[in-house]
Amino acid sequence: MKKLAIPALLSLILAACSSTGPTDTAAQVEDRSGTGVATVTADSAAGSGIAALTDPNNILSKRSVFFDFDSYVIQPEAKPLIEAHARFLVQNPQMKMLIQGNTDERGSREYNLALGQKRADVVKQALLLLGARESQIESVSLGEEKPRCDAPTEACFAENRRGDMLYSGEF
Amino acid sequence: MTRTLTLFRFLLAIMLAGFALGARAQLSIEITGAGASRFPVIIPIFEHEGQLPNSVTDVVRADLDRSGLFSLVDLGPLALPESVMPDLPAMRGRGADAVLTGSVIAQGSGRYEVRFRLFDTQTQLELGAMALPMTAAQNRLVGHRIADFVYEKLTGQPGYFSTRIAYVVKSGPNFELQVADADGMNAATALRSREPIISPAWSPDGQRLAYVSFEQKKPIIYVHTLATGQRRVVSNFKGSNSAPTWSPDGSQLAVVLTKDGQSQLYVLNADGSGVRRLATSSGIDTEPFWGRDSNIYFTSDRGGSPQIYRISAGGGSAQRVTFDGNYNVSPRLSADGKLLAFITRNAGRFQVAVQDLASRQTTILTDSARDESPSFAPNGRMILYATESGGRGVLSAVSSDGRIKQRLTVKAADVREPAWGPQPRQ
Repeated sequence: MKKLAIPALLSLILAACSSTGPTDTAAQVEDRSGTGVATVTADSAAGSGIAALTDPNNILSKRSVFFDFDSYVIQPEAKPLIEAHARFLVQNPQMKMLIQGNTDERGSREYNLALGQKRADVVKQALLLLGARESQIESVSLGEEKPRCDAPTEACFAENRRGDMLYSGEF
Repeated sequence: MTRTLTLFRFLLAIMLAGFALGARAQLSIEITGAGASRFPVIIPIFEHEGQLPNSVTDVVRADLDRSGLFSLVDLGPLALPESVMPDLPAMRGRGADAVLTGSVIAQGSGRYEVRFRLFDTQTQLELGAMALPMTAAQNRLVGHRIADFVYEKLTGQPGYFSTRIAYVVKSGPNFELQVADADGMNAATALRSREPIISPAWSPDGQRLAYVSFEQKKPIIYVHTLATGQRRVVSNFKGSNSAPTWSPDGSQLAVVLTKDGQSQLYVLNADGSGVRRLATSSGIDTEPFWGRDSNIYFTSDRGGSPQIYRISAGGGSAQRVTFDGNYNVSPRLSADGKLLAFITRNAGRFQVAVQDLASRQTTILTDSARDESPSFAPNGRMILYATESGGRGVLSAVSSDGRIKQRLTVKAADVREPAWGPQPRQ
């Protein structure tokens, strides 16, 4: 599933492009080459974008927005990251994102489930304000149920209080 | 008598339904604090009990001892037949305030009758007598019933030894929703999953559990009939579906949904139909608890920090209930509607607290740091909750006056999300 999603997405884009070919007939020889380039461009844009998502030197490879205890306020230091992902979503309208909100393990599981949802929602709202489309982003909460870090330490708690931005094929 | 038979049929139905009874690790209970003054009782071994493969008396003694309210005065191996008036002044001389006498009478075809009488050594009066039919396999069931009888006669409140508890065990990547007797015995697994299970809630008739399962990669609410294992999705709206609580008549559930935005309170019928919004707030509303006083108590951060509020089950405006501190969550109301148990953050520690709703007096009952999910025994005397010990989840119980403390543990597993079931049906 995870591996199939991106090739499936690409073949969908390619299929959409090639299907425009046969419908135009006469002037299409030049146009078709143009379409071909457009396809390649779209492809390479998506391709470079996807590469950027996993390039450790690119800010897009960072996916987590961190929060204080019992807070769903985005910290100023997270703004460049959110802006970069908003730009990526605007430039790649075919990309979809799932935002998973998480909390540390302290306190009520149900309150944490709601808190995780708020964290996912505020990240989504910030991305929408910066131009991403509603249809591109879904926000869900994992509450305290899927901790990234398991030890009962302050460092682990901080690591677990976050929203993760995942793209198609990553969730 | 009919109650015992009904219970027996119910247990039999569970066994026939293929529950993995008893095979797994049991919860073991350790008393970590007792009442200041325990009521001294003599519970000699029941006459002719040796004909049973497993003792009834041991179950009665263990229940009463663990309750923290009674101390057992040892009489040695001497039996006091139910049909003979005991020497009450002599029993009083041994320091006992009450004496239980009993006999097991074989009735053929593997059936027995347990007859017992309770006496007050001070007034020299009989406090009551009963006869319960049983099979050899029912020693625990009957023992719990006798302990309930003694508890009620001596404290004036119903016992809770015949009740059951539900909880979630996490071992490695696996989650199990289990149901056990209140003493931790007879654990049975109702649901196994690779994804989290949270927030089990007993139906008022004790036959079903509502809970939240992440098995479809998002929180969805199920209602699960324990005897048959039949499950039904009752809430699977867009977004998250969580925190179920039953109406006192069992016909409805209050739940938390995010289908219209952030976490808000809704009410739906127990079959999942007829969803309607209960309240609207600008913040998080969650963890509803539907009290028998027809109020729904819930957690909300509408005032800036999570606090407990209540709203009429029919709707209307919400009133704030907790004011001390900046983190008060997980409200649970006692059956008599007088006490509210909840989790409070006190100097960075999460602890079980109770508020006397009439006087608004709040008392913190525990000195632990990671308490969650309080749940009252049906008689309101004990509160079961999840906490942490030695780096893993354990269940503990504390009396609502804070004096009696018990710990329930399953070896090598994380236990969480306890819910104390109702009194078994008569």
